[in-house]
Amino acid sequence: MTARARSGFPLSLPGGGNVGDRVFFGICAGFALLLVLSLVAMAVEMVGASLPTLRAYGMGFALGRVWDPLHSIFGALPFVYGTVVSSLLALAIAVPVSLGVAIYLSELAPEWQRGPLGFLIELLAAVPSIVYGIWGAFALAPLLRTTVEPFLATYFGFLPMFQGPQQGFGLLAGGIVLAIMIVPTIASVSREVLRAVPSALREGALALGATRTEMVWVSVLPYARSGLVGATLLGLGRALGETMAVTLVIGNRADISASLFAPAYTLASVIANEFTEATAELHLSALAEMGLVLLVVTVVLNALARLLVARVMNRPAGGRI
Amino acid sequence: MDRWFFRRLVDRLARAACLVATLLALVPLFSVLGFIAVRGAGGISLDFFRELPRPVGEPGGGMAHALWGSLEIVGVACLFAVPSGVLAGIQLAEFSGTRFVRAVRFAADVMAGVPSIVVGLFVYAVVVVPSGGFSALAGSLALALLMLPTIARSTEELVRLVPESLREAALGLGVPKWRATVHVVLRTALPGVVTGIMLAVARAMGETAPLLFTALNNRDWAGGLREPTASLPVNIYTYAVSPYPEWHEQAWAAALVLVTLVLCLSIGARVLARGSVRAR
Repeated sequence: MTARARSGFPLSLPGGGNVGDRVFFGICAGFALLLVLSLVAMAVEMVGASLPTLRAYGMGFALGRVWDPLHSIFGALPFVYGTVVSSLLALAIAVPVSLGVAIYLSELAPEWQRGPLGFLIELLAAVPSIVYGIWGAFALAPLLRTTVEPFLATYFGFLPMFQGPQQGFGLLAGGIVLAIMIVPTIASVSREVLRAVPSALREGALALGATRTEMVWVSVLPYARSGLVGATLLGLGRALGETMAVTLVIGNRADISASLFAPAYTLASVIANEFTEATAELHLSALAEMGLVLLVVTVVLNALARLLVARVMNRPAGGRI
Repeated sequence: MDRWFFRRLVDRLARAACLVATLLALVPLFSVLGFIAVRGAGGISLDFFRELPRPVGEPGGGMAHALWGSLEIVGVACLFAVPSGVLAGIQLAEFSGTRFVRAVRFAADVMAGVPSIVVGLFVYAVVVVPSGGFSALAGSLALALLMLPTIARSTEELVRLVPESLREAALGLGVPKWRATVHVVLRTALPGVVTGIMLAVARAMGETAPLLFTALNNRDWAGGLREPTASLPVNIYTYAVSPYPEWHEQAWAAALVLVTLVLCLSIGARVLARGSVRAR
């Protein structure tokens, strides 16, 4: 990226360096610095707040299966399990759908459809999470209980994940709501990535007699692959930290069960539910440590995702595939 | 011949699958909007916008305090986030090659992905605890932290699109750089910058998790920025998890109001963007 050559005027150019410039660009730099500092402050503050649990439990915190604030026993495993399983379920649903959306919008759809459909997909991201939550609790969960779960239990009941009481509220509901919420993220980033694929690659494939599908498969997807992985990681990061929608549909019980119908609990949900009521120092600190885990995991995922996406976007045209 | 037929069949099926995926992704959008419109419309009345909640069992009442609380919290958040975000965005665009700017851009991208509940915990620790209580101000700060990276990045993109010739023309007239930036570059990019701000506001308006431990909630009008304040999203949550059907109806009505506000902002932002240089 040679954006500096294209835009911008560093202070070292002739004419720079008067007092007004120094003050103005100094303020700009200050606010830019503020962004970095707030991220650092967040990390420092969260580590500080979780020190008591870090000291008391060490690494065992993540492996403890019992969560009993009344007796000051804090094990985070059920929450880690609920978070991971619901997010992976969401990815399993959302990745194929989002890829389909991105491929349709960037490779297949007629020109007049692209704008409106893309707009509607973006609106999906504009709906607040709490609204997905009440929709999930009052519309989706009853539907799951009466229709979807009995269906799954009847035809796929031999799998442990489709056994057990059908209650609507549970991992399945959480996974579906999360999937709905991350589809726009994955789809829009994937679409940008696909747009960065040079059209010469497409033309080459078509000229050799490939069908559209073969063109996508042979020349578009391989070029875009790392960016698509990045888009998926962005979606995963969003799913792991999503709070309100999941809290309303996942059932909020700190159990570990193989069944997707069973209620579960996530890291973000337990923070939302218990933080204002927690009074014991260890309890507060246990919740803070869960926040710290979420912070670290999402920061790593996002950093990785941005690097992967940038690899496709910034690839020099005509470079190797 | 058979082979060609098979390839064409695969092509058709794959294309159909992509179309189906797109339609499938839109089903929840219409389902959510339809559900909220139907369930929420019953609870909407003039009282909803004028009155405070009544005790359980008494019919009527509204959420005026939560509506104004939301606007107040988001408005104050804008006071923090808009100037700092726009100025940081200018820094990102105008010094784009430097190592410092690359670090800031990276931090902004990463920060945009931090779960909002973690931001709530952070503000609780640095504002609520030292100041001795929950307050609208703390809620505003939490929302401002969420808006900051979005505004900075969208401002950067728009400022970068301003043609170099405009800068050169302004500098050629002997205008200092900072005035060229504010009066020429920023003004040219303004519609797009406003679009970015509106999208950030729309997102902040619907955030619930960061307000849970900062602004908290209030059954009454808040006496100022330093007091716990009700907001629409938090009220929707409280009402939705309550066992009372009348409260559920209020939650739906509040959701309808919230979604209308948020969608108007998002759609308005995009309409505005259409008339300007490309915006996201």
